[in-house]
Amino acid sequence: MSGTWITTRAWLLMLPLLVVMIAVIGWPLVDTVRLSFTDAKLVGTEGTFVGFDNYAKMLGGSNFQRAFVTTAWFAVVSVTAEMVLGVLAALLLNQQFRGRTALRALMILPWALPTVVNATLWRLIYNPEYGALNAALTQIGLIDSYRSWLGEPGSALTALIIADCWKNFPLVALIALAALQAVPRDITAASLVDGAGPFNRFRYVILPYLAGPLLVALVLRTIEAFKVFDIIWVMTRGGPANSTRTLSILVYQEAFSFQRAGSGASLALIVTLLVTVLAVAYAALVRKAAGAS
Amino acid sequence: MSSGGTKAAAKAAAGAPMDMSTAARKRTDFSHTAHHREASKEAETLKLLEVIMLKSIRTALLCATLAGVSFAGHAHAETTLNALFMAQAAYSEADVRAMTEGFTKANPDVKVNLEFVPYEGLHDKTVLAQGSGGGYDVVLFDVIWPAEYATNKVLVDVTDRITDEMKSGVLPGAWTTVEYDGKRYGMPWILDTKYLFYNKEILEKAGIKAPPKTWDELAEQAKVIKDKGLLATPIAWSWSQAEAAICDYTTLVSAYGGKFIDGGKPAFTSGGGLDALNYMVTSYSSGLTNPNSKEFLEEDVRKVFQNGEAAFALNWTYMYNLANDPKESKVAGKVGVVPAPGVAGKSEVSAVNGSMGLGITSTSKHPDEAWKYIVHMTSQQTQNAYAKLSLPIWASSYEDASVTKGQEELIGAAKRGLAAMYPRPTTPKYQELSTALQQAIQEALLGQASPEDALKTAAENSGL
Repeated sequence: MSGTWITTRAWLLMLPLLVVMIAVIGWPLVDTVRLSFTDAKLVGTEGTFVGFDNYAKMLGGSNFQRAFVTTAWFAVVSVTAEMVLGVLAALLLNQQFRGRTALRALMILPWALPTVVNATLWRLIYNPEYGALNAALTQIGLIDSYRSWLGEPGSALTALIIADCWKNFPLVALIALAALQAVPRDITAASLVDGAGPFNRFRYVILPYLAGPLLVALVLRTIEAFKVFDIIWVMTRGGPANSTRTLSILVYQEAFSFQRAGSGASLALIVTLLVTVLAVAYAALVRKAAGAS
Repeated sequence: MSSGGTKAAAKAAAGAPMDMSTAARKRTDFSHTAHHREASKEAETLKLLEVIMLKSIRTALLCATLAGVSFAGHAHAETTLNALFMAQAAYSEADVRAMTEGFTKANPDVKVNLEFVPYEGLHDKTVLAQGSGGGYDVVLFDVIWPAEYATNKVLVDVTDRITDEMKSGVLPGAWTTVEYDGKRYGMPWILDTKYLFYNKEILEKAGIKAPPKTWDELAEQAKVIKDKGLLATPIAWSWSQAEAAICDYTTLVSAYGGKFIDGGKPAFTSGGGLDALNYMVTSYSSGLTNPNSKEFLEEDVRKVFQNGEAAFALNWTYMYNLANDPKESKVAGKVGVVPAPGVAGKSEVSAVNGSMGLGITSTSKHPDEAWKYIVHMTSQQTQNAYAKLSLPIWASSYEDASVTKGQEELIGAAKRGLAAMYPRPTTPKYQELSTALQQAIQEALLGQASPEDALKTAAENSGL
């Protein structure tokens, strides 16, 4: 009896939130699905039903394939680099040394910075006329003259990945650092007594403790990286010659610049689907990892 | 027109608080004004942040957007006008605020909320607000948008509101900024084209007597400057993958007598359209053009020119007085300006129509007050008083000593340049065409495709 009452009360308390969530997430989602089967414009015509035309057009176009490859490359490289850097930074910050607290606090700064501010800063660093990167590299003799990092298709995407890594590796480091605190001291001490070297200690003693939390970080970062938009929009707007145009930028152009709400919605749903597939796969991994430990 | 402002906007934002604090003392609605004063203190980065963070959230989930923007609609308790401007080039933010204050002083019953966004966000913000039921009464629009705005009923037709006095007083060329299909969708406000700026000192050192009259002559003079070791890359352009690149391209298309569209079909793949891109590619690959041009917006061009690192630069009106300001510029007093050159046998001078107008949105609940505001902003009196960064639309202003004083050279260039203004294509699908052309220009510059192939691909992707 009291159990039912508690359940009922819980639902009652959640009701306002549920209503709001259905209003701002559920309904627009349903409407987007409807929109994606029409040829509606953003302003003006309501559009008529066109079946799977939008999906066929979007998936079949060379733009989508190219943007997909760009996005996947961006996500894989930046997330890998962030994971490696994050774990290394966490291991370092887990050591005893003077100024550790200050360093830990400093490390969070890039992550706390709004993405657009970060992008603007890196644009200044990469500036071809007076950028700090050009100055530094010329002064240590690595390059002869100033270069246009964001103006060359070969370097623009890499430059964006570096900027994105700088901003996001602290999140991984933070999660890894928290996990490191949970590693029991007696086990690391015991492995030391047993003569395990630094690498073996990391591989067999510490890493198992990190695996779960790192997987969570991996999920979060991959999904975020797959949706990347703001940092690219500020730094290159998809240029030069569309070499940094990711799926999200394509969605923006289609739906808002060209005002084709119908095909824009279908493209957005395709991206959502891709991200969902990633999320589900990772969720399965996390569950497996949790079960194993 | 199009521009990527950083410094000018930041300066304007920094200048604004003083104006607003004066206003605060005069108004009873202190909290409201104070709020705005806070807002105006934000630097451009933060403004960018607001605009782009909104955009990024929107892009993450299109569906969330469609619900999200509907909250952006404003309720009107009294006559409050919401106006959308851009935060760069032409009139500075401080200028627009001061002009608006002149209006609210004369019309105490009307309040005007000003919002400034970078040029790159102006079109999308206007359309998004409209798509979600409105929000703005008055919007600034670029010469390339009336076709689309008229077709999608974003702006109202104001043909009947325009008086005979306006019709006869405003320069005939200025009206093309607001016209589509024989109707007028606002008042021209910023009358602008790209001029050829040159550094007098560098030309003198190179032994060049007069600035170039043709594009070939420009290349020859740049070569002399390069060969004499005065500058490694003497010409600066704004060829970033943005509208700015199209403005430079259009200037060249007009010089070579090209056409964008003929009979509804793309016509830029041959003739003048192809010659124009060929010129850009040759100038780039021969090392006469600053290679960083392909990531420059107008503000980057201005910085390079002001630092004395360019002998020639193509840019809008506003650069003249800023590059001549000793506080801003290392080349103050050495700035020369002429209309963009022509092509022997084809044109005397060349120019792109980069003008902008003010219009009333179809969702405005106060079209009469909005029109009154537009009339004030575009009046000869207002424009003459703020003629340093943008020139008036009124013909007789160009003979007015208060306008011409101190900028005779610019006025001289304007008289010839404005008369030659060439329009970018008038089509409701302009955004698609422009995006395709931006890509073509960059591919050709980077050598990924020949100019001919790049333009053919652009024609296929132009949506025409």
